[in-house]
Amino acid sequence: MKGNKEVVVIGGGPAGLAAAIAMRKMGIQDILVVEREKEAGGILRQCIHDGFGLIRFRESISGPEYADRFLREARALGIEIRTNTTVVALTVEKCLTLSSPRGLELLQAKAVVLAMGCRERTRGALAIPGERPSGVYTAGVAQNYMNLCNLMVGRKAVILGSGDIGLIMARRLALEGVCVEGVYEILPYASGLRRNILQCLEDYGIPLYLKHTVTNIHGKGRLTGVTVSQVDEHRNIVPGTEKEIACDTLILSVGLIPENELTKQAGAKMDQVTGAAVVDEFYETSVAGIFAAGNVLHVHDLADQVSLEAERMAKGVCLYLNGMERKAKEKSRVVFGEGIRYVVPQYVSGTENFTFSFRVAKPVGECKVLLKQGGKEIAQWKRRGLLPAEMEQIEVDCKTIEQGREIEVMLALEGR
Amino acid sequence: MEEFDVVIVGAGIIGCAVARELSRFRLKIAVVEKNLDVCFETSGRNSAVLHGGFAYDRGSLKAQCCVEGNREFEQVAKELDIPFKRTGKLLVGSSKEDYGALKEVLEQGRENGSEGLHLVSKEEMKKLVPWAKGEIGLFSKNSGIMDPFQYVIGLAENAKQNGVEFFFGKKVNRITRGEKGEFIICAEGKQLKSRWLVNGAAMGGAVISEMAGIPGYRTTAGNGAYIVLDKHTGKYLPMPVYPVPNNSYMGVHVTPTIDGNVIVGPTGNEIADGDDYGVAGETIEYLAESASKIWPYIRKSDYIRNYCGNCAKWYDSSGLIYDFRVEIRDLQAPRLINMVNMDSPALTSALPLARRCVKLIRERERLEANPDFNPIRKGIIRFSEMTDGDRQDKIKENPDYGEIVCRCEQVSKAEILQAIHNPLGTYTVAGIKLRTRAMMGRCQGGYCQMRLVKLLCEELGLSEQEIIYERKGSYMFTGRVR
Repeated sequence: MKGNKEVVVIGGGPAGLAAAIAMRKMGIQDILVVEREKEAGGILRQCIHDGFGLIRFRESISGPEYADRFLREARALGIEIRTNTTVVALTVEKCLTLSSPRGLELLQAKAVVLAMGCRERTRGALAIPGERPSGVYTAGVAQNYMNLCNLMVGRKAVILGSGDIGLIMARRLALEGVCVEGVYEILPYASGLRRNILQCLEDYGIPLYLKHTVTNIHGKGRLTGVTVSQVDEHRNIVPGTEKEIACDTLILSVGLIPENELTKQAGAKMDQVTGAAVVDEFYETSVAGIFAAGNVLHVHDLADQVSLEAERMAKGVCLYLNGMERKAKEKSRVVFGEGIRYVVPQYVSGTENFTFSFRVAKPVGECKVLLKQGGKEIAQWKRRGLLPAEMEQIEVDCKTIEQGREIEVMLALEGR
Repeated sequence: MEEFDVVIVGAGIIGCAVARELSRFRLKIAVVEKNLDVCFETSGRNSAVLHGGFAYDRGSLKAQCCVEGNREFEQVAKELDIPFKRTGKLLVGSSKEDYGALKEVLEQGRENGSEGLHLVSKEEMKKLVPWAKGEIGLFSKNSGIMDPFQYVIGLAENAKQNGVEFFFGKKVNRITRGEKGEFIICAEGKQLKSRWLVNGAAMGGAVISEMAGIPGYRTTAGNGAYIVLDKHTGKYLPMPVYPVPNNSYMGVHVTPTIDGNVIVGPTGNEIADGDDYGVAGETIEYLAESASKIWPYIRKSDYIRNYCGNCAKWYDSSGLIYDFRVEIRDLQAPRLINMVNMDSPALTSALPLARRCVKLIRERERLEANPDFNPIRKGIIRFSEMTDGDRQDKIKENPDYGEIVCRCEQVSKAEILQAIHNPLGTYTVAGIKLRTRAMMGRCQGGYCQMRLVKLLCEELGLSEQEIIYERKGSYMFTGRVR
């Protein structure tokens, strides 16, 4: 027996909840949010630090509080959230298979919102050499154990990678009396936000070592220590710089990967750089009626940005369901120039104003972001400096766009 | 002191196969293992290939047992309810010398009784494995792939069902003889008395042998490292692809796993410390580079894990031993059976080797058949392998089948609970992993690890601080948050 739903939202984290609420407010009645955990809220539930809501609510609140605001609103609006339920299959026809202790359920949706978020890159993916003792945790797993299970993961820690969760965990561990030896980052610049470097490391006297990485892991049972080494500009290990550090815990904060197993299953076209679906400015993937927003689409710095993106996407879903698609016959492909790592969306109709999100490949100083079509500049924005750690967004007036023609996003460095 | 007829040291593939084969008889049997579970060492760390028997010296015990083990594997897999596929295997070469070597392997294989071997042209090769690189190939139709964890667990569970006792976390530290010549085995505070002793310890085998009365062996470790690739690569590799082998080293090869991943390896360095499971950075680069010569689909972005295994290389006074030896020396050390040099192809050969061990005992005393012996063991039924209809029924029967605990491999709570409570049971996180595949996927436990910990605590009444990840001393938590 197959049930029907107007929209199924996969994932009840910041993206899924914000999307469901926005869609309901725009008049869509038949919405189902599917959440695999026992409670909705996503990763926010374990983010007990503050700093959430600065953009969305103009105040600093904790992750659980941030999630709670959305959950309350969703409940008040009568949005159905099915927890402890996993989507095990998604087809190009938008048929979903849900599994839960209640049974296996097939659902036919008119539209599907992908809001599965992201997962952490692991030791295996990086092929970090050494033995395999216990005590090696990704930052998010350690955060889950500490904040949701009340468990201490160790006594003396080294942190590899300066991603935001790693920085947050450095502080969290220090607050619990763990000796945090330092944060080691292979790149010549930090991967996390400037505010986190300041508030999580500098305020606690935790050193950050740039151009360093872990080159060996020791211990047969529990971790007994790691070897760290310096790297050169090509990330090659500099011989003779090895340093042994005794520790019982290694925290990895080495990148996040959008979780797109279902996206691929549904046959959506993927972007090799973001590791996520290719979308247009309505956040629709190459499969009609399947939309994506939040960390499943590209990794954001802040939950606030995730919610805002999901709300923008909600408009796209509504237009689609109401049969009012404002799509150009031929979409403009978005390409980008040197110094830029990725741009979302990858296609633009140009029928409505929209937002470009992008990241630079490495830090740049004062510069201009240029939009060009056919070699001609159509818009520009000044920036004082851009960091890979900080996602940039620019609002584009659709009137400047010539529909159907390739759009180039370029960086122009000052003084060149 | 508990008394047994037979004590087996080591719960790897050899120890478990011997235990299972001996449980066909009315004997009181115990397996003593230093690790906390079965197959934590060599048996769980290899290429997981069912070998054809062509790459071993003519007439050797390796050749005999491998061919015998290969032939009967359908039956074994059926009895133990373990997955296995006769995929076939392709050896590829490119030069004139390779052609000669492959021809020699073919001849040797035929003489060994390995069936279904033939040389294939480049065109035929492309049909078998479109992505394989090479000019000439040797195809072995009867080679296959299996799940080494499930195989060892299946044997151990079946042995346990038939009355064998297992003692985990007990490293044998002393073996003496009692008044009647019986063995007295001391293993970390545990004392066992036994008439027979079977030495199925791989790396510690020489030490055990010496303790029990046969000195003169020493072992080193043949260290083999592997890279595990993401499941999406599996579709490009329908069968194992190997370079031209020699009779003691198979070379760096690529193998599909029974679950759809690809493994790349092994290296073959001899190292002194058989307890060293570290993989060096250069090793990983070397593996990728070597294997790319025969299968060009190795991308760093597909790495999900790496591991290494150590297989014991045995030496005696005349040097490195090539062949398997199932050995008894009645005068020097009565009722001690040494399973010597159980390196590759021991996984394929385990039951034939176990039968040879049983035979040595039967030649020396009358064994009565165990009337209750049941060769059938049932494995865990996996959500990921069921049809939607079966899933529906299964969830109705047991709602835990609907709760997905491991997302990457789609493992349900029901499977985790079975892993914890099955005949052998397990109390380590890695033990659950080997039984269910939870944590083996691309997120490597990022989503499910904490769920496994919680279930272990709930089901076994353990506190979190008692939870062990894999090996002894691999505790996960140091206390509670203030």
